[in-house]
Amino acid sequence: MPEINNFTMNFGPQHPSAHGVLRLVLELDGEVIERADPHIGLLHRATEKLAENKTYLQNLPYMDRLDYVSMMCNEHAYCLAVEKLLGLEVPRRAQYIRTLFDEITRVLNHLLWLGAYALDVGAMSVFLYCFREREDLMDVYEAVSGARMHAAYYRPGGVYRDLPAQMPQYVASPYRDARRLDELNANRQGTVLDFIEDFTRRFPGYVDEYETLLTDNRIWKQRTVGIGVVGSERAVQLGFTGPMLRASGVAWDLRRTQPYAAYADLDFEIPVGSTGDCYDRYLVRVAEMRQSNHIIAQCVNWLRQNPGPVITDDFKVAAPPREEMKGSMEALIHHFKLFSEGMSVPAGEVYTAVEAPKGEFGIYMISDGANKPYRMKIRAPGFSHLAAMDEMAKGHMIADVVAILSTMDIVFGEIDR
Amino acid sequence: MQIRPKQWFKTFFLTEMLRGMQLTGRYFFARKITVQYPEEQTPQSPRFRGLHALRRYENGEERCIACKLCEAVCPALAITIESEQRNDGTRRTTRYDIDLSKCIFCGLCEESCPVDSIVESRVLSYHGEIRGDLIYTKDMLLANGDRLEAELAADREADRAYR
Repeated sequence: MPEINNFTMNFGPQHPSAHGVLRLVLELDGEVIERADPHIGLLHRATEKLAENKTYLQNLPYMDRLDYVSMMCNEHAYCLAVEKLLGLEVPRRAQYIRTLFDEITRVLNHLLWLGAYALDVGAMSVFLYCFREREDLMDVYEAVSGARMHAAYYRPGGVYRDLPAQMPQYVASPYRDARRLDELNANRQGTVLDFIEDFTRRFPGYVDEYETLLTDNRIWKQRTVGIGVVGSERAVQLGFTGPMLRASGVAWDLRRTQPYAAYADLDFEIPVGSTGDCYDRYLVRVAEMRQSNHIIAQCVNWLRQNPGPVITDDFKVAAPPREEMKGSMEALIHHFKLFSEGMSVPAGEVYTAVEAPKGEFGIYMISDGANKPYRMKIRAPGFSHLAAMDEMAKGHMIADVVAILSTMDIVFGEIDR
Repeated sequence: MQIRPKQWFKTFFLTEMLRGMQLTGRYFFARKITVQYPEEQTPQSPRFRGLHALRRYENGEERCIACKLCEAVCPALAITIESEQRNDGTRRTTRYDIDLSKCIFCGLCEESCPVDSIVESRVLSYHGEIRGDLIYTKDMLLANGDRLEAELAADREADRAYR
């Protein structure tokens, strides 16, 4: 009898379903996975080291680029760390705006995940529908920050600018007549909050559409039920967080266990799965989208009724308003000091974490009292999820690797950092 | 094994598949949401951060006073400034380069500028054909500012209350 060897195969880093730049070395026995060995580091940009050479304000735009599908959540963790070191109180309105945008970010992230997951498993239309909704939320991002993705909107001490009074509108083009243009702009007549509220009313219907296409679909179920099962105990041992952990039946959510921003005052539920397979993770994320939508609606309601400052008036931390800067010498000095030297943060070390869409995104920051962090460590949720790749993929077929990889919601910006 | 007629019916007649097809079928005949890009664009807010421009005062004098705050704050070190005193005693830049291949479009330069000189415009499509084309010099930035001044001024005015 001839000797039969296992077959070793490279998956990625150029493979479209490798979600960026993952190189997976698969050892196969026929079509069955014997060992899956993820090789990371192809998107390493040394963000942690870079942070040691930049002031606290300059580091902020780089936080967007870590997990580049949940931009504002990363900024939030960073701002919380700086604020904790400074012992700074953030205005209530800023906290609600942050909560609002954290949840918008969560919806954005889960929509991309759902679309990409369905595409990886073989369904095309869901991807297109998800991107249709993402476009509305991207417009909201752009309306407040000026950028569709890399917002740089949160600042230590609050958020950069208040929500604008006018939602940007479509302009006339040779492809649309006046009536069609009015239809398109119908929900953009009011403020940004009006637009978001309109979105929260439409969104549950859209989620129903995704569920119509996927939840009962037999092909979808064949590809996901019982794939990549992780028990609740094992999920905790592996350091899972976020939907990955909750799908395994552990009701752990930082928004509930250690509330930050305005989460303590808001009403929401934590969806929990039971079996911890790919299908459960799908259900948990879809349920989370509905919950996020509920939170967004509450924030919109609160923000309508409570105008106020959105950034701290401590000019040692946040720049004074422009009008004041141009009129007052003291404000001008603060302005110049802040944008050249930056703020000095008291010595100490803190760890702050937020419930990012992918799990616990944490910043561990050490300050030696200078205007730059002495050391900054980023705790990326995807890193511990990817570490479980071998365990989850073992014994499954080669086509399931894609389903498992995709269900982790891997983004290499944060894993390689 | 227990026989469940309802389950059997669903399995045999592909009901969930047909419902999905019905949904996609509806969208197949619905009006398309595609934005025909070069001719039309998605909505842009006055806060949009695109290509940079250097602005002038109404009398034609350039605003930039070479305070180098943007150079200091730029996280990507994309701005290079050299300055000199002019014959009339005022300080102006002799060189103002932005390397757009380094720029991360964070908007901190605009935020830091005390005289509203360096701004980010709504322009999002520009290109370079050879290496070095994306290093925008002072003349190019001023030309951008002259070309877009009406729009730039209107956008700053629209957002004045928030800044």
